[in-house]
Amino acid sequence: MGKAPHHLHRFHGGLHLPANKTLSSGSPIRALPIPARLVIPLSQHIGTAADVMVKVGEPVLRGQMIARAQGYVSVPIHASSSGTVVDITDHLIPHPSGLSAPCIIIETDGKDTAVDDTLSADHTQLDPSELRNRIRQAGIVGLGGAGFPSFIKLNPGTNRPIATLLINGAECEPYISCDDRLMRERAADVIGGAAILKHALNATECVIAVEDNKPEAIQALRDAIAQRSVSDFAVVVIPTLYPTGGEKQLIQVVTGREVPSQGLPADVGVICHNPGTAAAVHRVFALGEPLISRIITVTGTGVREPGNVEVRVGTPMADVIAACGGYTDRAQRLLMGGPMMGFAVGNDATPVIKTTNCLLVAGGNELPLPQAPLPCIRCGACVDVCPAKLLPQQLYWYAHAKDFDKVQDYSLFDCIECGCCAYVCPSHLPLVQYYRFAKTEIWNQEREREKADIARQRHEYRLFRLEREKDERAARLQQKQAALKTAKGETTAEDPKKAAIQAALERAKAKKASAGVMPKNTDNLTEAQQQAITNADERRRNRDSSTATRSEDA
Amino acid sequence: MLTAILALGILAALFGLLLGYTAIRFRVEGDPVANQINAILPQTQCGQCGFAGCRPYAEAIAAGEAEINQCPPGGEAGIRALADLLGRDFKPLNEEHGEHKEKMIAVIDEQVCIGCTLCIQACPVDAILGAAKHMHTVIEAECTGCELCVPPCPVDCIDMVPLHQDVSTWKWPSPDEVATARK
Ligand code: SF4
Ligand code: SF4
Ligand code: SF4
Repeated sequence: MGKAPHHLHRFHGGLHLPANKTLSSGSPIRALPIPARLVIPLSQHIGTAADVMVKVGEPVLRGQMIARAQGYVSVPIHASSSGTVVDITDHLIPHPSGLSAPCIIIETDGKDTAVDDTLSADHTQLDPSELRNRIRQAGIVGLGGAGFPSFIKLNPGTNRPIATLLINGAECEPYISCDDRLMRERAADVIGGAAILKHALNATECVIAVEDNKPEAIQALRDAIAQRSVSDFAVVVIPTLYPTGGEKQLIQVVTGREVPSQGLPADVGVICHNPGTAAAVHRVFALGEPLISRIITVTGTGVREPGNVEVRVGTPMADVIAACGGYTDRAQRLLMGGPMMGFAVGNDATPVIKTTNCLLVAGGNELPLPQAPLPCIRCGACVDVCPAKLLPQQLYWYAHAKDFDKVQDYSLFDCIECGCCAYVCPSHLPLVQYYRFAKTEIWNQEREREKADIARQRHEYRLFRLEREKDERAARLQQKQAALKTAKGETTAEDPKKAAIQAALERAKAKKASAGVMPKNTDNLTEAQQQAITNADERRRNRDSSTATRSEDA
Repeated sequence: MLTAILALGILAALFGLLLGYTAIRFRVEGDPVANQINAILPQTQCGQCGFAGCRPYAEAIAAGEAEINQCPPGGEAGIRALADLLGRDFKPLNEEHGEHKEKMIAVIDEQVCIGCTLCIQACPVDAILGAAKHMHTVIEAECTGCELCVPPCPVDCIDMVPLHQDVSTWKWPSPDEVATARK
């Protein structure tokens, strides 16, 4: 707004990829009908799975919280439509493992009745902590891919002032166009949501970065900014280059600042959010609607009517594909995500979740098939394209050799798994798979180490317990022997059993003897006291003789 | 109900304190090299290495009385780490001591268990819960998979089962293994 054109920077490497976006970006977003059955996983975000709050057979309403957040890195889950909970069970979820995880299964009633609104509010009347809380209660997570709970990113701490809220509208991965359509059709929602996020962060400016291959979106956003007449908002047009949409890469392009290795964007005064997330935040405050639906690109030559659809979270992928005209004869593989960073989904009964940005149904030959890998020829092509400035061939070498210390020395965890290196590798090495293998292997080792530490402690404690029990037994024995010695003087106790019996006898005798002994402290008594004692003795003697027991001694 | 929760809570706190205390009070000082070695060993406490647990094996390695390739649970990664630490050459696992297996945990068939307490006495990490003549059960999170409780059971009611794998513990397979599996 009256600002000088933004000076842009470059990140290392990157690729110009065939975009293939027009396949899906041509037609407006369509809202899909509500499916008969919703399969809603309890874990749709990074962090701890949510905790079930409903029972089988219970009726639920649209937007009703059905699982609450557990721990800090967690958000609640809501029913995407009204109906009845019919099961709470393990079901296939979208995950590269193809494993199942706990899900709440709802049979919808078709009425789509909404629950009472507790979320909508004028955000300007709320302080940042209340804003964060509502965003959390609404179940908002990053819709760009990873699904990190958004409220945490709005709480960078007081020691890190945030200058820039960066809305990541790059959408650099081929085929995907859901953010593009969203920014074109609902620019006002995106800007409205960004204003709320900016308020929550107390940021000085908001920059919306969009790749130059989306002119309509850029125009729509500029119009929306002008209309709302918000200050300190700017749309920045960035060159199309894969992977500009990587958080660190985008920050470098827009601000020229490099996020340190293993660091966070907040370290350089920036927080990134996806336009879809911003629009979802807008809906929370404007409509009181938690995150129960999202926009998904359905594309590829394997689907009859590619396009962008608005889908309720929990809709089975099969229903989504069916609503897009179904599979074509060419359909071969179903991917969640794009061709570079997505993963194969083995079964289309898998539901759509909060982080599903794209369903790519690849036709034959549409995606390069994995080819037989050849040895690395150390050509260095991978190094030239790596946007994280890593040495992919070294990472490959040490991951292949399972040398997990070395592979970390080469900053494995800075790898964003963009796939540029594997894309250019003339030896067709499945490089990213090696890095993913190494990462999960290292996490597993860490878990094992923690368990080993506990096992060590427990084992040491057991040894200590056994030792203590032995000591106690020994001490008891010693006590017996000592008692024996004092009782018998220096006599030899050859037969301990006999000796013990003897000792017991002596004790009994001593006790008997003591029974006849007069009480102590009986000197210098007054008359009255002496009288009382005599009376007492008298009473006792009478009682003893009347019961006719052990009388003589007394 | 509340008293039960309270009682268990207090017990847990007490045991926590006791554990913490013993960790400090009875810290095994000893040889720093043995400590470093022990930190690498998996703490399964299974005895397959030929010693009465991980620490005795660690001490034997430190004293030069044992090879570094005798621990099956530690596997190749463990041997590599030991070789790195001690500046020795890597050697493959000595098969005499067993083979590296996927981690398992013990499960007691609670219908069959007669409550004889023999498994409790065998467990090196006190991961089995139960009292005389009462059904026993294994604390899954604490079981190291050492298998020491299996032979003593007079009614054979302890099974070793693979660890339940979920999305959070799943690992990407190595492309090398995928390739050999395809062949
Ligand atoms: S591009 Fe492939 S062959 Fe070339 S150095 Fe990298 S890994 Fe090796
Ligand atoms: S996948 Fe990792 S190593 Fe390969 S280019 Fe991308 S960031 Fe670099
Ligand atoms: S073989 Fe068993 S007891 Fe020996 S070091 Fe390995 S885990 Fe410990």
